[in-house]
Amino acid sequence: MNYGIIIYILGWVVFLTGSFMTLPCICAAIYQEQQGIYYMIVALSALLIGFLITRKKPKNHQFFAREGLLMVGSSWIVMSMIAALPFTLCGDIPFYVDALFESVSGFTTTGASILTDVEALCHASLLWRSFTHWIGGMGVFVFLLAVLPMVGGYNMHIMRAESPGPSVGKLVPKVRDTAKILYLIYFGLTVLMMIILIIAKMPVFDAICTAVGTAGTGGFGIKGDSMASYSPLIQWIVTIFMVLFGVNFNFYFFLLLGKGRNKKNAFKMEEVRWYIGLFILASVVISVNILSMMGSYSESIRHASFSVATVMTTTGFATEDFDLWPTLSKTILVAYMFLGACAGSTGGGIKVSRIVLVFKMVRQEIRSFIHPRSVKTITLDGKPVEKDTLRGVSVYICTFSVLFIVSMLLIAIDGFSFTTTFTSVTATINNIGPGLEICGPTGNYASFSVLSKFVFMFDMLAGRLELYPLLVLFAPRMWKKNS
Amino acid sequence: MKIIIVGCGKVGSSLVDQLSKEKHEITIVDRNADVVSDISNTYDVMGVVGNGASYELLQETGIEEANLLIAVTDSDEVNMLACLVAKKVGGSNNPDFATIARVRNPLYSKEVAYIKEELGLATTINPEYAAAMEISRLIRFPSASKVDTFAKGKVELVKMEIPENSPLNGLSLIDIGKKYSMPVLIGIVERGEEVVIPRGNFVLMPGDRISLIATPEIARHFFHKVGLAVKGAKNVMIIGGGTIAIYLAEELLKSGITVKIVDWNREKCEELSDRMPEAAIICGDASNQDVLFEEGIRTVDGFVSLTGIDETNIFLSLFAKRVSKAKVITKVNRISFDDIIEEFNPGSIIYPKSITADYIVRYVRAKSNSIGSNVETLYRLMDGRVETLEFSIRKNSPVAGIPLMELKLKKDVLIACINHRGRIEIPNGRSVIHEGDTVVIITTTSGFSDIQDVLEG
Repeated sequence: MNYGIIIYILGWVVFLTGSFMTLPCICAAIYQEQQGIYYMIVALSALLIGFLITRKKPKNHQFFAREGLLMVGSSWIVMSMIAALPFTLCGDIPFYVDALFESVSGFTTTGASILTDVEALCHASLLWRSFTHWIGGMGVFVFLLAVLPMVGGYNMHIMRAESPGPSVGKLVPKVRDTAKILYLIYFGLTVLMMIILIIAKMPVFDAICTAVGTAGTGGFGIKGDSMASYSPLIQWIVTIFMVLFGVNFNFYFFLLLGKGRNKKNAFKMEEVRWYIGLFILASVVISVNILSMMGSYSESIRHASFSVATVMTTTGFATEDFDLWPTLSKTILVAYMFLGACAGSTGGGIKVSRIVLVFKMVRQEIRSFIHPRSVKTITLDGKPVEKDTLRGVSVYICTFSVLFIVSMLLIAIDGFSFTTTFTSVTATINNIGPGLEICGPTGNYASFSVLSKFVFMFDMLAGRLELYPLLVLFAPRMWKKNS
Repeated sequence: MKIIIVGCGKVGSSLVDQLSKEKHEITIVDRNADVVSDISNTYDVMGVVGNGASYELLQETGIEEANLLIAVTDSDEVNMLACLVAKKVGGSNNPDFATIARVRNPLYSKEVAYIKEELGLATTINPEYAAAMEISRLIRFPSASKVDTFAKGKVELVKMEIPENSPLNGLSLIDIGKKYSMPVLIGIVERGEEVVIPRGNFVLMPGDRISLIATPEIARHFFHKVGLAVKGAKNVMIIGGGTIAIYLAEELLKSGITVKIVDWNREKCEELSDRMPEAAIICGDASNQDVLFEEGIRTVDGFVSLTGIDETNIFLSLFAKRVSKAKVITKVNRISFDDIIEEFNPGSIIYPKSITADYIVRYVRAKSNSIGSNVETLYRLMDGRVETLEFSIRKNSPVAGIPLMELKLKKDVLIACINHRGRIEIPNGRSVIHEGDTVVIITTTSGFSDIQDVLEG
């Protein structure tokens, strides 16, 4: 285990968190809020500590998958701990565990909140809360890879540990260029959304917070009723962008930078087609189902598609309290929580590509009962899928289920209703935010016990980092010097 | 530069190793998914699984924007086809696009010029032929453990060890210059594990391995004066009748050296004898000492072990070293344990894979530096710790027109020779580089791409 490089990279992460935190400082200066001083203190100390750690370059640059996992797992925890500090110091969230919950929820783009009154927060805290979504959406390491000159192919281990999806590939030969392209697309789409929102007459501060929150598929609202009080036009814009950020970013790469045949490849991506198809299917069914409640077609279509988008992309904004909707709609939404967005997007959940592969595996299994000798390879985008990838998908789903059940048992100690227990775990492990009943779109996570909050934090991190970077932290074998 | 490497065997992966260090954007193609994922896990490259000769797959590698395709799969035909297809796809809108194919079958070796022309290849590389050429150079210059050439063969870099009783012992480089007053330069000294570019006050010790830079005649003359044998081998025994042996024997026979090839396979022996009636072909087991003694291993002055098994080669060479005074050359395929093998000291060691990789890297460097000053040839010496590079000096070069002693050279850089349009000068402090010259520099720093990189600051 190469601890030198892990410390070095952690130093960079601390430094980076500090530099991101200058943004709420600027915001506080604009609104002349005193709380800005605390953001300033934390940001400067993080910058200083990070700077000092990164002065000592590690001798050995060689590292492998497990160092990559460890780096990512520990960095996200450290990052969340730093980001939580100003919330507590400035008094917006006095209890540190709550602040930690909020920052973990932010970085993992969950959007679950323990706050009962969001509007009481200062602007700096509101912006910081939403901005953590943006950082966590594409991943802090992808950013680090884009700016930090690192040699060797080892950094692929980091990218793979942080990026969502069953198989992480590169867009171009160099990791650094791949990371740059991803962030450029990400940044471009975010700015585009901000501009469109401002044109649609959303206040500038709201537009910034909403855009960064949507980009990371996070879902922290800056209003008590999330998106409900904005105009239908704004709600439609947010719906469309949520769907866009849930698309595999390779799609945009092929579309924008691909040449010739590769451009056509964009529309051949099976996952994206399934994702759009499933989105439309659920929107249609729910809008019919809730038609009687809404009164008009346009209302019901808008609320249905917004809710499907918010759940499927794991964003977690709300226009309507879907807890009050008919059982069919609620069940579809909960099922879609597990589905999640595309691999390689900023969304969470199990990911459409994994589900598609599972269905294909099931189909193959059934076929092999009927024709025991039949040989049929499973393909995705017309290419055969490696056995290892398939095995990875099965193991992922099993691990996910086990973690889910164990978390549910721990949450059950609090004694809330089954629906609350089930959907709260669903909403955190899939990085969505709102569940049903107590933790529903109008509720929050404040009433859970400290133990439950830690379980939620673990689930959120595990869900965002695709389980393993976090689980390996608890494997004793990982910490042995020469295992 | 954007490079596509088709085939990730030993040559392919050592190419990836060297070229990725030089910051090229590399895409690798191999049919074996495990190999691809292994390499893309250790190096910053993009991997594509599939057949590199397929039109569809090459498009996926982004060949439209690539500058170079190197085909080094184990099949000559796939290599040539890959280059042909690549040239048609990649070369259609990029006239600079180049392809390199490994073509190793001796059957094609006579047609290489035709193949190159017809398929529009930039160059072909035949690892066995390149290795054979290297061995033949060593045989003809036996006291050296390695010979490299620059300036189209006009300057040689000869590596040899200083024996106990050499008159060079205890002399500093300045003393040597005064005592022998010959235009020679000691460019690199290896002492134990250390590799240094010596300054004038460096004192030589027995056991040092020095690399001498001089023109071939003067090098021989110098070695004669300091009492190191320079007589070329007259009869050579080759163990193993593979492809390298064929090329080597043909080359040696051309220069009037008698050749004896030992192989245990009768069919192969008959084939060899068909192809080279002048050579003595012995069908026998070379791991049997009696066979070797019978064929006069004690009296040969060149011994080359070229069987397909590294271990056998090493044992045979160690044995030959003990029973004869021959110049011993060992072929080793696997590079991983090179430092251990060198400890055994089985004579000069030849790694065909790294010769191939070096050759291609040299080409890539030259291509990627076609603007500004130019790397003409590059040698990686001493396990890659030393590089010798040949630059041609363009107009307005910062090194032109100034005596060398007034140039602020970086530490660990030595200007080894200047080629004034065909006239070779082994430089001293008063030498001046002119526009249009080519210069050879030796350095322990890696990654020079322009002559001005040798200057301080």
